[in-house]
Amino acid sequence: MTGRRDGAVATLRRGLRAMPEFRRGLPATFALALVATAGRVVVPIAVQQVVDRGLLAPGGPDLGLVRTLVLVCAAVVLLTGVAVYRMNVRLFRTTETALAGLRTRAFRHVHDLSVLHQQGQRRGSLVSRVTSDVDQLSTFMQWGGVLGVVSLGQLVVATAVMFVYSWQLTLLVLVCFVPLGFAVRWFAKRLAVAYGVVRERVGDVLAAVSESVVGAPTVRAYGIRERTAARLDRSIGRHYRAQVDAQKVTAAVFVSGEFVAAIANAAVVVVGVLLGLAGHISAGTLIAFLFLVTLFVAPVQTASEVLNEAQNALAGFRRVLDVLDTEPDVRDPAATGAARDLPAGPLGVRLEHVGFRYAEGARPALQDVDLTLAPRRSYAVVGETGSGKTTLAKLVTRLMDPTEGRVLLGSDAAGWVPLTDVAFSSLRRRVGMVPQDGFLFDATVADNVRYGRPGLTDAQVTAAFEELGLGDWVRGLADGVATPVGQRGDSMSAGERQLVAIARAHVAAPDLLVLDEATSAVDPATERRLTLALDRLTEGRTTLTIAHRLSTAERADEVLVVDAGRVVQRGAHAELVDAVGPYAGLHASWRRSSAGEPERVA
Amino acid sequence: MPPARDAVVRRGLRHVGRAIAEQPGMFTLAVLASGLYGAMTVLSAFVIGELTDRVVLPAFDQGDTTAAALTLTVAVVLGVALLKILGILGRRLFAGIMAYRLQADYRRRVTAQYLRLPLSWHQRHPTGQLLSNANSDVEAAWFFVSPLPFACGALIMIAITVGALVATDPVLALVGLVVFPLVFAVNVVYSQVMSPRMRRAQQLRAEVSEIAHESFDAGLVVKTLGREDVEGERFSERAYELRDGLVAVGRVRGLFDPMMEALPSLGTLAVLLVGAGRVASGGTDAGDLVSVAYLFTLLALPIRAIGWVLADLPRALAGFDRVTPVLDATGETPHGAGTAVRGDGGAGLTLRAVDHAFDGAARPVLSGVTFDVAAGSTVAVVGPTGSGKSTLAGLLVRLVDPASGEVLLDGVDVRSLREGEVSAQAAFVPQGTFLFDDTVRGNVTLGGPYTDDEVRAALRVAAAEDFVDRLPEGLDTRVGERGATLSGGQRQRIALARAVVRRPRLLVLDDATSAVDPAVEARILDALRSHPANRADRPSTVVVVAYRQATIALADEVVWLEGGRVTARGSHEELLAAVPGYAALVRAYSQAEVAA
Repeated sequence: MTGRRDGAVATLRRGLRAMPEFRRGLPATFALALVATAGRVVVPIAVQQVVDRGLLAPGGPDLGLVRTLVLVCAAVVLLTGVAVYRMNVRLFRTTETALAGLRTRAFRHVHDLSVLHQQGQRRGSLVSRVTSDVDQLSTFMQWGGVLGVVSLGQLVVATAVMFVYSWQLTLLVLVCFVPLGFAVRWFAKRLAVAYGVVRERVGDVLAAVSESVVGAPTVRAYGIRERTAARLDRSIGRHYRAQVDAQKVTAAVFVSGEFVAAIANAAVVVVGVLLGLAGHISAGTLIAFLFLVTLFVAPVQTASEVLNEAQNALAGFRRVLDVLDTEPDVRDPAATGAARDLPAGPLGVRLEHVGFRYAEGARPALQDVDLTLAPRRSYAVVGETGSGKTTLAKLVTRLMDPTEGRVLLGSDAAGWVPLTDVAFSSLRRRVGMVPQDGFLFDATVADNVRYGRPGLTDAQVTAAFEELGLGDWVRGLADGVATPVGQRGDSMSAGERQLVAIARAHVAAPDLLVLDEATSAVDPATERRLTLALDRLTEGRTTLTIAHRLSTAERADEVLVVDAGRVVQRGAHAELVDAVGPYAGLHASWRRSSAGEPERVA
Repeated sequence: MPPARDAVVRRGLRHVGRAIAEQPGMFTLAVLASGLYGAMTVLSAFVIGELTDRVVLPAFDQGDTTAAALTLTVAVVLGVALLKILGILGRRLFAGIMAYRLQADYRRRVTAQYLRLPLSWHQRHPTGQLLSNANSDVEAAWFFVSPLPFACGALIMIAITVGALVATDPVLALVGLVVFPLVFAVNVVYSQVMSPRMRRAQQLRAEVSEIAHESFDAGLVVKTLGREDVEGERFSERAYELRDGLVAVGRVRGLFDPMMEALPSLGTLAVLLVGAGRVASGGTDAGDLVSVAYLFTLLALPIRAIGWVLADLPRALAGFDRVTPVLDATGETPHGAGTAVRGDGGAGLTLRAVDHAFDGAARPVLSGVTFDVAAGSTVAVVGPTGSGKSTLAGLLVRLVDPASGEVLLDGVDVRSLREGEVSAQAAFVPQGTFLFDDTVRGNVTLGGPYTDDEVRAALRVAAAEDFVDRLPEGLDTRVGERGATLSGGQRQRIALARAVVRRPRLLVLDDATSAVDPAVEARILDALRSHPANRADRPSTVVVVAYRQATIALADEVVWLEGGRVTARGSHEELLAAVPGYAALVRAYSQAEVAA
């Protein structure tokens, strides 16, 4: 998602494609905009007419005509007002609808990106892309876009009228404005860069704020408030400087328009007088022309304001579109129509020459892994930290695709299906994962469990806890399953969060379960109940557990020992524990954890 | 609590006053520049008129002109334009700087509060909401500042124009000036109708940001459960609510803008209508009427400029009202002026009758907790889930303050210590590891003055040196947001190294070694005892929340916590013999660990 710097037009085209809602009803809105434009042009002219024909009529003021003209004018003003109002309302509705659609699609797309992509982005920065970057667009779309069109209209009308008065002077004015055209192009580029930086800095600020808020306990425990504040100040300061830099360019844009207008005015007076002396134009024409020049200059000024807003909006737009344009590297094959469902019945796992690197040229996290896991058996993956256990789990659940080889699910009886062919709807229903840190949403216990299977009633959720042997724990909560868990589950202990996460996996009832065993401890009594409950849950299911505990390895049907990205040992605990190899060492170290309590329950 | 309806306009004006009071210098410069711009705008119209009379018409009349006259024309037009340009530059720059300074200032104040306010406050405020407060609410609060100096400059233009009007024809001026009360009335109604809508829109904005933040945070869970669509719906629902809110705002704004645009035109027409009558009755002459009508057209722009500011005020107030509670929030942890004893060994710790309860909770988390930890000893805190262990751990390093009772570090109440004193003496490793989006080195030192050798030594103690060496850039490898590029065990080791490198006199581990090998854990504790800074006979004090027998076995004493109370203390063996609950818990865990 590193920003492609497309030109404004290309960005707009991409943007319009991303916002189909925006085009709906646009013709009517533009029709109203034209009425509004006409009104804005007619009103000053009408006032001029009242003065010229009514008040300064050759035979003295013609009051009847003045009254009539004033009433007509008032009607035009009101009509214009109504047209502007209707246009505004329409515009607000279509743009806000389009932006809500854009926000939603960008948000949804972030979830389509693989975990690798998501991790590469900072939360605060991602949040800014669906919030403030989109907000940035609304000002332009509701105000700038129409104003731009209106100004263009005014410009055309003014030019036409000027031509009627004097083609020579009109050409002169146009020539004066040609350099401005080039200048504007140049400024537009600089503005695009300047506003791009501003939007990026906003993302930085949000990321820094997010970090200081989420890391609040660490900041306090280590007394690094000042350091964190300094970091925040720095990002805020950088944002401020980017804003001021952009403002400098903006000011330069306006000034250049003003400067050219002055030159045009001076030139018209001088050349006009010379033309007049040569007998080409009359004094009246020249005076009228000077008035027309102001009508020509005003929309040019407005246009530069619009240009500025446009670059600002485009900067936000690019960031949103960058999200939308990032191809998900782990794709749902259902999107292309070639998807298959997983075969019915129990699921086994097969890895064929699987290798994985987190980045091109990086040390392989996994290499040449070839293995078949039989359905309905439990497997424990053990190994040092960083040996590739988690990578293996992510490949089996298709959170990532292997960089080499392939992963298949199925069984010899029902056939094997490459994971890349499996529709996500089928994959996520049949394959479940309990991550190490089971994130909880700021809702009730029941809501969090229901996340595994929507539509469950509170009673069913309670029943699920009973099945896991956690009935007494639930009853001990203030409001049972209706107890709120707090932000990220903060009002529960780490152990309690795991209970909820496991219940969530339980109700999802997958055929293949991948467990990244939590490392923080659960209340031992609960831990024991949970172990029993997991037994019930894993019964009849294929289970792959990234084990941090000896007991888990001991209880598994088979143990896979991973070392430096390879599966180096495989077999039942009883076989491995006495064999020469890394498992014996791991086991010995585990044993020490229960030192002082040698008893062992068979 | 929405403010009284009639107060909206007054509050809006006070808010404008606040902006001016905070940035008087920039404001003055910007208004001066706006004034220059306004004056030059009027002057340029006048100059064209004068040039017509003095250069153009004579030239046509006489059929000749002079180079001097033409040069003068160019000079005057360009001169006025240059002054006008100066005005524009000044107005744009100074107004921009004023607005951005206010924004940056308030962002700093808001985020400083985030860092100052206690954790209990944070628990009540979702991260997404706080992001929104620091970003879009602050922006909304000062958005009106950019056109403000222009509007103030416009007031000067209005004063001049009104003066000219009254001088020309007081009666007609009065007719036209009816526009002003109308503008004011329209604005009062607008503010009142707009304010609640704006408040709602800002609230919805925050909620959208909240959902996005939570949902992205939960990315892995969402994905593994295939709930992307559900999340999409949840977000979309709120995004479309926000749309409805913004459309409701748009309806009002959409009506306000054309009204502000139409009023000056209608004023001009009224003047013409009444004026025509006065011309007929001889009350004034046609020339004066034309002048008055022209002057009126000049009023349109300033009135619109003022309209821009007024139109943004309800939004500004809505944003500011959301920022104020953060700025005004109290509960800041007060610090004393005391310094801790700086011994070369472990710190002594005393808890006296400590009670603690979470806001709104019926049951206290801790009640009457009293115990001593001798300097240099290691104490394990053991207890069932929900017994208050983590809260207790937080109290020791003053992450929270007790509701009553006291926590003494070397006999000094931690509340009487200067800020930074406790963290200079004590290190805390929480249950959930938090890494910053920084390098490995930065995450260990946290900006402290530690050499690479010290960092490496700490990483070695935490059994992290090997994997750090294998990272692409070693100590300089960035770990990603919250350490996303590392595994749970790796994150925990870096967090441990962070504590170790500080050579704390008190180390509090809240189940922080669960992901590391027990042998490593023992090595960490040993290393602390035999740290070069500590004489062998004066080791660091360690308080560890633990389950593992291996960990508990390292402790000189075990504190048994049950339902928020210390119900037993003693050695592991003593408690095993005397406390059935303790025995059951420890054995159960041991069985869970080893059971086959």
